[in-house]
Amino acid sequence: MSETKGLVTLLTRNLRQSGIYIAFVAIIVLFAILTKGVLLQPNNLTNLILQYSYILILAIGMVIVIIAGHIDLSVGSVVALTGAVAAVLIQQHQLPWWVGVLAALATGLVIGVWHGFWVAFVGIPAFIVTLAGMLLFRGLTLLTLSNVSISVYDTGYKKIAGGFSNGLLGGNGYDAFTLVIFAVAIVCFAFMQWRSRKARISYQQTVESMALFIAKIVAVAIVAMAFAWQIAHDRGLPYVLIILAVLIIAYSVVTQRTVFGRHVYAIGGNLSAAQLSGVKVKWVNFFIFVNMGFLSAIAGIVFSSRSGGAQPAAGNMFELDAIAACFIGGAAVTGGIGTVIGAMVGGLIMGVMSNGMSILGIDQSVQQIVKGLILLLAVAFDVYNKRRAGTR
Amino acid sequence: MSDNILEMRSITKTFPGVKALENVTLNVKRGEIHAICGENGAGKSTLMKVLSGVYPHGTYSGDIVFDGKVEEFGSINDSEERGIVIIHQELALIPFLSVAENIFLGNEQLTRGMIDWHKTNAEAAKLLARVGLNENPVTPVGQLGVGKQQLIEIAKALSKRVKLLILDEPTAALNDQDSAHLLGLLRQLKEQGITCIIISHKLNEIEDIADSTTIIRDGQTIETLTMDETVTQDHIIRAMVGRSLENRYPEHTPTVGEEIFSIQDWTVYHPTQQDRIIVDNANLNVKRGEIVGIAGLMGAGRTELAMSVFGRSYGAKISGSAFMHGKPVHLKTVSDAIDNGIAYVSEDRKRYGLNLIQDIKTNTTAARLQKLSKRGMVNANEELRVAEDYRQQLRTKTPNVHALVGKLSGGNQQKVVLSKWMFTDPELLILDEPTRGIDVGAKYEIYGIINALADQGKAVLVISSELPELLGICDRIYTLSAGRITGCVDRKDATQENLMELMTKVKD
Repeated sequence: MSETKGLVTLLTRNLRQSGIYIAFVAIIVLFAILTKGVLLQPNNLTNLILQYSYILILAIGMVIVIIAGHIDLSVGSVVALTGAVAAVLIQQHQLPWWVGVLAALATGLVIGVWHGFWVAFVGIPAFIVTLAGMLLFRGLTLLTLSNVSISVYDTGYKKIAGGFSNGLLGGNGYDAFTLVIFAVAIVCFAFMQWRSRKARISYQQTVESMALFIAKIVAVAIVAMAFAWQIAHDRGLPYVLIILAVLIIAYSVVTQRTVFGRHVYAIGGNLSAAQLSGVKVKWVNFFIFVNMGFLSAIAGIVFSSRSGGAQPAAGNMFELDAIAACFIGGAAVTGGIGTVIGAMVGGLIMGVMSNGMSILGIDQSVQQIVKGLILLLAVAFDVYNKRRAGTR
Repeated sequence: MSDNILEMRSITKTFPGVKALENVTLNVKRGEIHAICGENGAGKSTLMKVLSGVYPHGTYSGDIVFDGKVEEFGSINDSEERGIVIIHQELALIPFLSVAENIFLGNEQLTRGMIDWHKTNAEAAKLLARVGLNENPVTPVGQLGVGKQQLIEIAKALSKRVKLLILDEPTAALNDQDSAHLLGLLRQLKEQGITCIIISHKLNEIEDIADSTTIIRDGQTIETLTMDETVTQDHIIRAMVGRSLENRYPEHTPTVGEEIFSIQDWTVYHPTQQDRIIVDNANLNVKRGEIVGIAGLMGAGRTELAMSVFGRSYGAKISGSAFMHGKPVHLKTVSDAIDNGIAYVSEDRKRYGLNLIQDIKTNTTAARLQKLSKRGMVNANEELRVAEDYRQQLRTKTPNVHALVGKLSGGNQQKVVLSKWMFTDPELLILDEPTRGIDVGAKYEIYGIINALADQGKAVLVISSELPELLGICDRIYTLSAGRITGCVDRKDATQENLMELMTKVKD
C-alpha cells in the first residue's frame, strides 16, 4: 500500500519553495486591493505579460547558468545586438521578417559559443567573460546601428510581440480560441498529473490523498480559466504568451527530467564530485552558455518586435532583472539549487510590483528602492532558512 | 574546592525532532588529557559545540562550570575569552597567509593601531618553538603539510592563552610520525598545565595518552574511565557500540578467480612540478573476488596512483599501460574509466564523493544516470526504486531516500557513496580510505559490504592508512614507498612490522 499525505506536509515540505508562491499570491492580492482591481483588469494583465516576457525568457536561461554556479552579465547587450541584427536586415536590407529572426537566433548562438568557449574550455570565470561580453556586444550593437535607432515597419515582425490569436474561432465580445486553448491545456495538465500519480502508486510511493489531488487540480483550473477569461476579454491570447509557455514547459522538463539537467545541478552542487562521477563538465558548461545565447536572442527578438525596432541602449540592465528574478525565485547564490518555475515566479513578483506601483502613480525611484529591498529580503530569507536547517 | 577545571552538568540539547544530547555529564580534571569516545552521531561534536558557545546559552539546558564559575557563553568569542579553544577536524587556516598572520588572525599584534610586523613574527617564532615546529613565520601556510598545519593551529591556541584545548580528531589526517609528534606535544602542554580534551577514534592513541576517557553513546554519557592498565580497548569498544565486537573484521573466505585488472610500468608526474615523479613504474594486478590492499605512508602516492588510473583525474605525463581482462584499455577520462568498469570511492567523500545539498536518491544515481534514461530523459520512478533498493541492501539509516546527504552521519554518507559506485556495475572498485572518520560499528558494516562485493565477483582495491584494517580485510597487500611499489605480501605472511619495513624502504 502506498501512503498518502495531507496538505500541511505538502506545504511545509519545502518552506522556501512554497514561501515564494505564498508571497506571490499575497503580493497580487495586495496590489489588486490597492489598485482597486485595476491590476487584474484584462487590458492591464495583457500588458503586464508583454512587458515582462523578455525578462522571463532571459530568466529561464539565467537560472540554469546560476544553478551551475556561474553568472551571465552580458544578456542585456546580447538582447540589443540580436534585435539590432534583425532590425538592420529587415528594415535596411528589405529581407523577409523570418530571415531577420533566423539571423538574430544565429547571432545569439554564436555569442553563446563564444562565451561557452572561454568559460568551459579556457577556464575563465563567467563573471569576467560575460562582463567583457557586456562591453563587447554593446559596442557591436552601436556599430551595427551606426549609433542611431532603427524603426521596423514590417507587420510580420511586429506581430511576434504585438500579435494576438483574436477571432480565430470567433466569439461574442471575447476570444473563444483563448478559452479553448486554456481548457485543452488544463485537461492535458490534469491527465499528466493523473498519470504520474498512477505511476507513483505503482512504484509504492507516497502520494497526496485523492481529495487533495482533485482539489489541487480544480484550484489550478479555476485560476487558469479566470486568467484566460480576463485576457480573452481584451485582445485575446498574445503570441508571446504561447512562446513563453512553450519555453517554460520545455525547460522545466530539461532541468528536472533530463540527464543534461541533472548534470547542471551536479556541477553547481559539487564540481569535484561531478567531475569524478564522469560528468563531462566542460561540455555541460559550454552548452549552458550556448543555450543562454539562444534564449537571449529570443528575448532580443521579442523586445525589438515590441518596441518597434532597435535602439543602441536597448536591453540596458536586463541582466540585473533576470538575475534578480532567479534569486527571488529561490536559486542559491552558491549554485546547485534553483528551478525554472521559481525564477518565473520571482520575475512575476517584480513585474506585478512594478506594474502595481506604476498604476498607483508611485515614482520610478521608489520602485527601484522597493525592488532592491525585495531582492535582499528574498536572499536573506534563504540564508536564514539554510542556517536553521543546517544547525546540527 | 574540586580539582575539576570543567564540569558540564545534565546537558540536554534538542534539535527539531531529535534529542542530540540527553543529560550528559562531563567532568574534566585540571591538567589532564581527557579523551571523549563515541560512535559518529553519538553527540561528541554537539557537546563540544555547546561547550564552545557555537550553540549559545539558552539553546540547551544544563550548566557549564568552567574554572569554578558558571558560564553562559553566547558565542565562540566568549569561550575563547575564558581560555577554551577548539581545533576542528577540518583545519581553519588560510593558505595564502603566512604562518604568523594565521596565528594572530583576529588577534593582530598592534603598535599604535597599526600591525607591528616585527612583533608579529617574533611572537610567532616563539610560539612555533613551543610546539616544536621549525618553520619560518613568513612562510605561507599553504606550502606546509597537514601535520605542520595542525601544529600551527595549536600555536594559535597558545597565543590566546588557552587553558582548555579541545582537539577534534587531531590525528585523522596525520601519518604515524606526525601523530607521534603531536601526541608528544600534548604531553608537554599537560606539563605546562594546559588541560586537553581529545576526541578520537583511534583507540590505541587514547590508551597511550589519555588520563581519563568519557564514552558517549546515543547522546548519553555511558561512563568515565580512569585510564590505567586495567582498561582495555575492547572495554571501550563495548561501551561505545553497546555490544561486544567479537572480531573487528568479519570472517571472509575469498574465492579468487582470474585476473581482472592490471597496470604495467605506470608512471605519473606531478601536475605542476614538471620533473617530480609521483608514481614510479608501478605494476600491480587484482583478481576476481580478491581484496587487495595498498599500504603506504602519507605522500607515498597511493591516492595519486588510484586517481591517475581513474580517468587521469590526477597527474601529468602519465605513461604505462592498463589492462582489463588482459586487454589494453585507454582510460583518458573519468567516463572512459566508468565505461570500462572502474569505480573510485574517494578518501574525501564530502569534497569528491557527494553533492551534499541534494538527496540520497540523486547522489545514488549520479555516476550512471544513463542506465535510468531513455533519449536523455531520466525515469524518476525507476530512480527512486533503485535508491530504495540500495538503502535497504546497505542498511543506510535514514527515514527515506529524499533526505539530504549533508545531514547524514559519516558512516551513512559512506554507504551512499558506495551505493553510487555499486550502481555503475563496476568490475574493479578502488576504495580510498573507505572507513576514514567512521565509527567502529559502521566500520564493521562497511567491511561486510566490501566482502560481499568481492563475493559477487568484483575485484576490490583498498587504500588505507590503518595497517590493522588492511591486515583484517585484504587477501594481498602491496606496499608503496615514495611512488614505488616495494613489495606484495600475502595475507598469511603479513604483519604490521614487515609491512612497515617495506613502506619505509628506499629503493635506488
